[in-house]
Order: sequence, then structure tokens, then C-alpha cells
Amino acid sequence: MFYDFSILTSKIHSWLLAHCDSGWTTLLEMVIVGLCVITLFVVLGLIFVYMERKVAAFMQFRLGPNRVGPKGTLQAVADTVKLLMKEGFTPQAADMFLFNLAPFIVLSVSMLALAPLPFAKGLQIYDINIGVFYLSAVSSISVIGILIAGWASNNKYSLLGAMRSGAQIVSYELSAGLSVIAIVAFTGSMSLSDIVESQRTGWWIFKGHIPAVIAFVIFIIAGTAELNRAPFDMAEAESELTGGFHTEYTGMRFAMFFLAEYVNMFVVCAIGATLFLGGWMPLHFGNLEGFNHIMDYVPPFVWFFGKTFFLVWVIMWFRWTFPRLRIDQLLTLEWKYLMPISLVNMIIVAFVVIMKWHF
Amino acid sequence: MKFLIEYIGTVLKSISSLWSGMRLTGYYFTHPKEIHTQQYPDNRATLTLGERFRGEVVLTHDENNEHKCTGCTSCELACPNGTIKIVYKNVVDEEETGKKKKAIDEFVYHLGMCTFCNLCIIACPTDAIKMSHDFEHSTFDRKSLTKILNKPGSKLMKGVE
Ligand code: SF4
Ligand code: SF4
Repeated sequence: MFYDFSILTSKIHSWLLAHCDSGWTTLLEMVIVGLCVITLFVVLGLIFVYMERKVAAFMQFRLGPNRVGPKGTLQAVADTVKLLMKEGFTPQAADMFLFNLAPFIVLSVSMLALAPLPFAKGLQIYDINIGVFYLSAVSSISVIGILIAGWASNNKYSLLGAMRSGAQIVSYELSAGLSVIAIVAFTGSMSLSDIVESQRTGWWIFKGHIPAVIAFVIFIIAGTAELNRAPFDMAEAESELTGGFHTEYTGMRFAMFFLAEYVNMFVVCAIGATLFLGGWMPLHFGNLEGFNHIMDYVPPFVWFFGKTFFLVWVIMWFRWTFPRLRIDQLLTLEWKYLMPISLVNMIIVAFVVIMKWHF
Repeated sequence: MKFLIEYIGTVLKSISSLWSGMRLTGYYFTHPKEIHTQQYPDNRATLTLGERFRGEVVLTHDENNEHKCTGCTSCELACPNGTIKIVYKNVVDEEETGKKKKAIDEFVYHLGMCTFCNLCIIACPTDAIKMSHDFEHSTFDRKSLTKILNKPGSKLMKGVE
């Protein structure tokens, strides 16, 4: 209502058009968007590193970083500086080209995944009409980056980690996709902005009854697995594989994997928040007019980031609670539990949609 | 049908067991006041250590400079690292029997070799030694880690043997 970013973006667009021709306008707009994305990356990286360490510490009854800066807030900056100063070492027997290419693939995939996310009304890089489809297509490219990294390092641990990660991402992609399809069925659209718009009257997790809740839970589990985060961190498994696919990476190239992991976490949580928790839509309760009105005053990007960070926190909570799964347990969980449940759940969703039982 | 019930049962059981784990970490997360971490160099003056903290082995002396070590060498035998060495001397028990008898001359304790396993304390039949809470042992000279635990002029407490 009050916070419509399309006014701002169209102003910038018309200003640019008035000063240069349309080709330059497109190019300049791309540069602006690119800068915004890179800034978001860096900021998210810093916030997540600090958040992860603090959340981990509190969950383990520790204090966490508290020496660098007030309450340790500059710890992430110190870590970054350390990574920047490190030597970027390439093993002798590694495949130089692929070895250097892999981190870029992984990082650019997570950048691509940011494109269709609606941060607020009108604040969306590219409102593509097959947004959900695009996201699941793009996010599965990252496994190629990981496989290349593992292969090119010429190291048995890297290769093992990469292969595990491949098996894991390929299988969990299925149930993640199926649970997303549930929401697509509810909305009848694949565009993420349409999906958000359809939740003006209530979030899908409330409107869609139990099937939506099941889909949400499966999405979070499968999302965690796709992120290669504990308890599904088979690809890294420090105690078995030293570092998994990034064993041989140092300095900035390692930092790129690290950053990509955190941004992917953001992307998965943002998708979860957009599909199930209403994206940037404020929390509304049916008839409470006053309450709804107050909620409208909170800017939409605050809602968006609030929901996303809540989901990030939940995923961190998983990580610091559960022990790592074995590879067979991992595949059992996917193929014997998540897959069948999400298939049945999808049929139920289709039934609910046909009978118009959802609100 | 039986299969289906078992299947759903496994799912529900695993959800409840995962939830109980998450409840514990969630409790920890929401109760940061209960964190036990000590901010050591900052709170050096007010540091509180746990009852069972193992700093170093000490031989307890009372106000009359008397200890309870009979020199039985149980601790020396119990120690897996050869940290303790009991050196004897012969003393004459003048007050009662007037006979010569053994007593400890030096209770040598090589702090640098101690792993703080507590086995010597368990082995001691007279509870003469215990773990103290001092832990700031760093020093520039290795020799200063070899300690004589019995104080000069100390002797065996009466009635311990
Ligand atoms: S604590 Fe263990 S290592 Fe140390 S003196 Fe006693 S028995 Fe030996
Ligand atoms: S300290 Fe205890 S165990 Fe060791 S010699 Fe003395 S009485 Fe025996």
C-alpha cells in the first residue's frame, strides 16, 4: 500500500531513458542491479557468519565470539580479512582451469537464484512468469560446480565429497520440487509475485490446511539437504572427508564456496518464506481490522527479511541439534519417506484445490 | 495395512524424537543467562570453578604443619605417568616407642608430567592429597614445575597410621 517500490524503479527507469538511449538504459540498470546483488551478498555473508556462530554458541551453552568489536560483531569482518590475505594455493596435479572455474559456477548459481525473488512490492529483479520453475532449474546447477570442484582437485576426499553431494542434491531436488508444486497448485501460477499476491488474505501455511504444513516441513528438510548443511553435510563431513569438495581450496576461492553456501541458505529460506509464509505480505488475521492496519505499516521488506531470517534460524537450529546422517540413512529418508509422503501430499493438495476447501 | 501403520508410526516416532532434541537446544538458546562460560582473564578476581575442577595435586597440611601422608606409595604406584616420587627418611619415634621408622622426606611431584587423571587421589588410603583449584601454572623454566609437596618441617599427623 504505502511502500510500493515500483514507483522508485520506474522513476529511475524514466530518468535513465531521458538521459541516454534504451540500450544504455538496459546496461546501466543491469549494472545497478548487479551492484545491489553484490552488496547484498557481502552483507548477507557477514551477517550470516556472525549469526551462525552466535546461534551455535547459544545452542551449545557457550558465549560465542565476543572479543572483536562490541559483542564480537566485527568477528565476521576479521574472518573475511583473514581469508583475503591467505595464499590462493592450487595443488600441482589439479586441473587448473576447472579448479579455478568451480567456485565461480557455484557463486553465480546462487546469484542467479536471487533473480525472481520478490523482496517487496515492485522490488524484484526479474518478474519471470515461471519463477518457481526457474528457481528449481537454476538451483540444481550448483551440483555441477561442486562436482567440478571435487573432480578438479585431484583428491580422493574431494571426489568422494562431491559424489555424495551429487547423490544428495539430485535426490532431494525431487521432494523439494514436489512440495513447491503443492503451492503452485494452490495458487495456479508459477510467478513468485503472483504467489505472494495470492496470500494477501492469508499465508498458504494457514490457508492450505494440513497439506500445506506437510509440504512446508518437507520443503524445509529437503532444502536443508540441498544446502549441504548439517545434518545433511555429507559432502563436507569434516570427520570423514576433512573438508569434502573444498578440501583443496584456500583463500578467496574457499571464501566463494563459503559465501555461496550462505547465500544459498538465504535463497532457500526466502523461497520458503515466499511460498508458505506470504513473502513480503504482512501478517493479517481475518477480521481484526485494527491489528491488520498496524501490520500494514511495517515495511514489506522488513516482513520479507524477518520471515527469511526466522527460517534461517530454524535451519541453524537443525544444524546444531541433529547429528550427521550416514549416506544410506540419507537416501532412505529421501526415497522411503519424503518422496512417498510428498507424492501422496500432492494428490491431497490437488483434491483440496478441486473441492475448493482452501480459503 | 499393517505396513502402513508401522510406516506412520516410524514417522511420528522420529518426529517426536527430533522434536525432543530441538526442544533442548531451543531451551539453551532461549536461556542465555544460564551459560556457564567464564570470561577468564576479565573476571580473574571473581572466578568461580566447579567443585571437581582439577588444578594440581597438593598435600594438605593443617595449622600445626602436619600432613596425613604415611609414605605408603600407593599414589606413586597408581600414577600412570610416573609423576609422583616418594623419598623416605628414617625418623625416631621419640614420644612413644623410641624405635626407628620410615617417614616421607620429600613428596616429589612433577607437575609437567601430570595429566590430572585423579588416580593418585583415589588411590590414597588416608586422603592425604587432593586436587587444588590453582591452574595458572605457566612458567619459563621447566624446573619450577617439579614441586616438593610436603612443607619444610612438616610431619605426620597423629593417629593416621
Ligand atoms: S593426577 Fe594422575 S598423572 Fe597426576 S599425579 Fe595423580 S595419578 Fe599421576
Ligand atoms: S599421599 Fe597417600 S597414597 Fe601417597 S604415599 Fe602418602 S599416604 Fe600413600
